[in-house]
Amino acid sequence: MINLHRYANPNQFMRLSSPLVPVVGFLTCSLFPIGLYLALFVSPPDYEQRETVRIMYVHVPAAWMALLSYTLMATFSAVALIWRHPLANVMARSVAPIGASFTLICLITGSLWGQPTWGTWWVWDARLTSVLILFFLFVGYLVLYGAFDDMAKGARAAGLIAIVGFIFVPIIKFSVDLLDLRTLHQGASVSKLSSPAIHESMMWPLMIMAAAYLCYLITFLLLGVRTEIMAARLRAGHRMRAEKGVQLGSSE
Amino acid sequence: MMAPKRRRLYLVGGGMTSLGLAVCLVIFAFQDNLVFFYSPSELAKQPLAAEQRIRVGGLVQEGSVVSEGDGLTTRFRITDLSESIAVTYTGILPSLFREGQGVIVQGYLQSPESFVADEVLAKHDENYMPPEVAEALKQSGQWKESRD
Repeated sequence: MINLHRYANPNQFMRLSSPLVPVVGFLTCSLFPIGLYLALFVSPPDYEQRETVRIMYVHVPAAWMALLSYTLMATFSAVALIWRHPLANVMARSVAPIGASFTLICLITGSLWGQPTWGTWWVWDARLTSVLILFFLFVGYLVLYGAFDDMAKGARAAGLIAIVGFIFVPIIKFSVDLLDLRTLHQGASVSKLSSPAIHESMMWPLMIMAAAYLCYLITFLLLGVRTEIMAARLRAGHRMRAEKGVQLGSSE
Repeated sequence: MMAPKRRRLYLVGGGMTSLGLAVCLVIFAFQDNLVFFYSPSELAKQPLAAEQRIRVGGLVQEGSVVSEGDGLTTRFRITDLSESIAVTYTGILPSLFREGQGVIVQGYLQSPESFVADEVLAKHDENYMPPEVAEALKQSGQWKESRD
């Protein structure tokens, strides 16, 4: 087995991630304007939804990245629980607020699209309900993480929530297709095997938007972990100075 | 004696497997209750009580839409291509509502063959394309009108 501990070393992480941050940051800053311009101005209106289809370019990548964020959070939590890597909990904790924001964007834009298209802001069908539960799982994870005085205890309890809640990721994915739950939400377009589900002129802006979201996720995950490592170093420094101060004071 | 790492790995792996299995069983057992709407065929097979608020989904039958004199009430039939049911609705229809379109109506069964809806939702399919492409598909005869 490869020695994963080598990559979980905080010093190693700081060294490897510092040139990466500006690169993914630059990609995020350039892909979002390009993607949004293509989605909002260049791409054609839909034959049936007309201009409302443009909400899809914000909604669908947010949903994809919310599922990816949760998968990452659950994986990091499992790694932390099983192998006790020093960085895994920090990674899981850093991805959680990003995933929660993506889920919230997905829910809000979906609601804005549902009103003119379906005729309702919200229904309790299997897809919408399971995504709402995903949002609560992210929030629950964050609340539980900070709920203990002992940070390690909070991390472990929250990690368990993340792992158990992972069961919702396949449920969300398959609620509209494989499982015959007959949702109001339509089935998947991009991964559908028979064509045409989504026209090329709409696929490109969607893919660029997805890449922009992904770069945003990576940028803020790296920044979050780096901030947490630096904060831990600061805390350790303070503690050491405080201990030294006590020793000096007592020796006088 | 197993290493603690290995033991924790088996614990998490085993726990997730059994949890996944349990959830699968629950979903398959409760599938009938998790579905968002009934089809006209299901209603024909097992009639439900009139006081129960239910949703029925299907296609708006071609040539069945009739507007009443008051300008608000609409009568139409919902079909799943084998059975159909008559629906009466008073209110504003969603803009995607038309013959051949998939809809979900919510309301009460008046009799086994007629339904009074207080809400009509239009179902949107997973196809996205510019109007010109839709037009071209219709002209070349490759357009599939059946939606769900």
